Amino acid sequence: MNALVTQQLIDSAYIVAVVLFILAIKWLSSPVSARRGVLVGEIAAALAVGATLCDPELVQYKWIIIALIIGAGIGVPLGLVHMTAVPQRTALSHAFGALSAAMIGIAEYYVGIPHVTKFEMGEIGLEVIIGSLTFTGSLIAAGKLQEILPQRPIVYKGQNFVSLSVLAAALLIAIALVVNPNNTVLFPIMVIVALFFGILLVTPIGGADMPTVISLLNSYAGFSAALLGFVLNSKVLVVAGALDGSSGFILSVIMCKAMNRSFANVMFGAFGQVQASTAAATETRTVRGASAEEAAGILAAANRVAIVPGYGMAVAQAQHKVRELYDALTRKGVDVRFGIHPVAGRMPGHMNVLLAEADIPYDRLIEMDDMNSDLPQTDVALIIGANDVTNPAARTDVGSPIYGMPILDVDKARTVMVIKRSMSPGFAGIDNPLYYMDKTLMLFGDAKSFVGDIIRELGGGSGH
Amino acid sequence: MPADFISNLYVFILAGFVGFELIKRVSPLLHTPLMSLTNALDAIVVVAAIIIAGRHETPLSTALGAIAVAASFSNMVGGFLITDRMLRMFKTGKPRKS
Repeated sequence: MNALVTQQLIDSAYIVAVVLFILAIKWLSSPVSARRGVLVGEIAAALAVGATLCDPELVQYKWIIIALIIGAGIGVPLGLVHMTAVPQRTALSHAFGALSAAMIGIAEYYVGIPHVTKFEMGEIGLEVIIGSLTFTGSLIAAGKLQEILPQRPIVYKGQNFVSLSVLAAALLIAIALVVNPNNTVLFPIMVIVALFFGILLVTPIGGADMPTVISLLNSYAGFSAALLGFVLNSKVLVVAGALDGSSGFILSVIMCKAMNRSFANVMFGAFGQVQASTAAATETRTVRGASAEEAAGILAAANRVAIVPGYGMAVAQAQHKVRELYDALTRKGVDVRFGIHPVAGRMPGHMNVLLAEADIPYDRLIEMDDMNSDLPQTDVALIIGANDVTNPAARTDVGSPIYGMPILDVDKARTVMVIKRSMSPGFAGIDNPLYYMDKTLMLFGDAKSFVGDIIRELGGGSGH
Repeated sequence: MPADFISNLYVFILAGFVGFELIKRVSPLLHTPLMSLTNALDAIVVVAAIIIAGRHETPLSTALGAIAVAASFSNMVGGFLITDRMLRMFKTGKPRKS
């Protein structure tokens, strides 16, 4: 087969792959067709990789094969992690994607020199900067999610100035390289400065903001791949990068809206640092506690129950116990549904995956807006490990740091029950007036064991 | 501006719009699998990495290419694997037609 024909076959394979990519995402829109989407995605990837391996430009396969084996060796365990570890796995995969894009950009530069044009240098510079900062930024995010690094925002005075100066330095070096692409000393410095900026960018961001940060890093990883497509003149990379980049971007916008905050505020606001003073005036208010027996009695007597899970449920690994509670109540004829806030958990959709893992049917997982129209007719709202996303101060208290954030209106249910370890304020340190309402019962204890106690009481009750 | 850049820009803008329209319709229920699936699709950069590693131009380019192959192929394998695992868990309680 001559080289021209081979090249045309490779290009045809890429075109088919691009079509299948788009179908993959289209079919992902509904749980019914989603697995078909994964299948066509796999076919597209296999087709593109298979075609590339036939490229006549390839003269040596040794390192390709070794690298593919290593990649599979890393990828398979990362594909089999426990569902609670999905946020950190996702952050790590953004790091790998960005690493790959940055490495190829760097290789292109050194292979191309001294024939790199100013225009190509601009593309490579931008691509390598975004790839590098996404690599280190995603590693920091993964470290925070895995709790190797502290989840609290790490801040110091003049931080934003320092971070932005480092970014400006990387961009200035890139501009200097565009002026003279053959200045090979500057190139590695640009890479190092960009890597350093990635660390500075994510270190100050707290765990509660991770859904936005992961989405943003997703978008950067995608756009760095698209830019790489520009550098290499590869349309398949441009399309895949554009799809991934726009997906991350849309998710970031959804996450920001769900917190009523801007990108700038998430990236540079270091949430959870300044609110300590607002909580002081509430010390004297009283709360009502309740036992598992009382809670079980109220739940069993209810017609409609809304369970609102949050990150605390994931931390306590309580999702399987919650499923047992769902089963026990459903058997008693109680209508149980789950209200899912878009930013509950540590990444977009986190709660849905955990609850689906625990075998809760997905038609019971209700989006915030639909849940809110039902909450006034709900007998009991049971909050498990969620805090800020249920805080009515977001609607009423103009002075609250979360004012304006859309919340699940659990305070409109007839009775509110909150499973919580203690009265200490939540992650963002914001006091929650919900806990002091007359209709609120506080169930103090570990989420997993308390839900277990309620299930036992419910089981005993059914014996009468 | 080079002609290649212009044609790539067309592709980028059109693909971005298609992506926007499609992803907007993905149910929030599936936002986590969406992220892992797009991540696996994005790992298609492995094709560029394979070319760099296999052209064997300089030891540096081969090494960087090989690292890129390993990194992106791990995303491809792991991304499809975990997405399918997650999607298998999404079940309806009782089969009902809507």
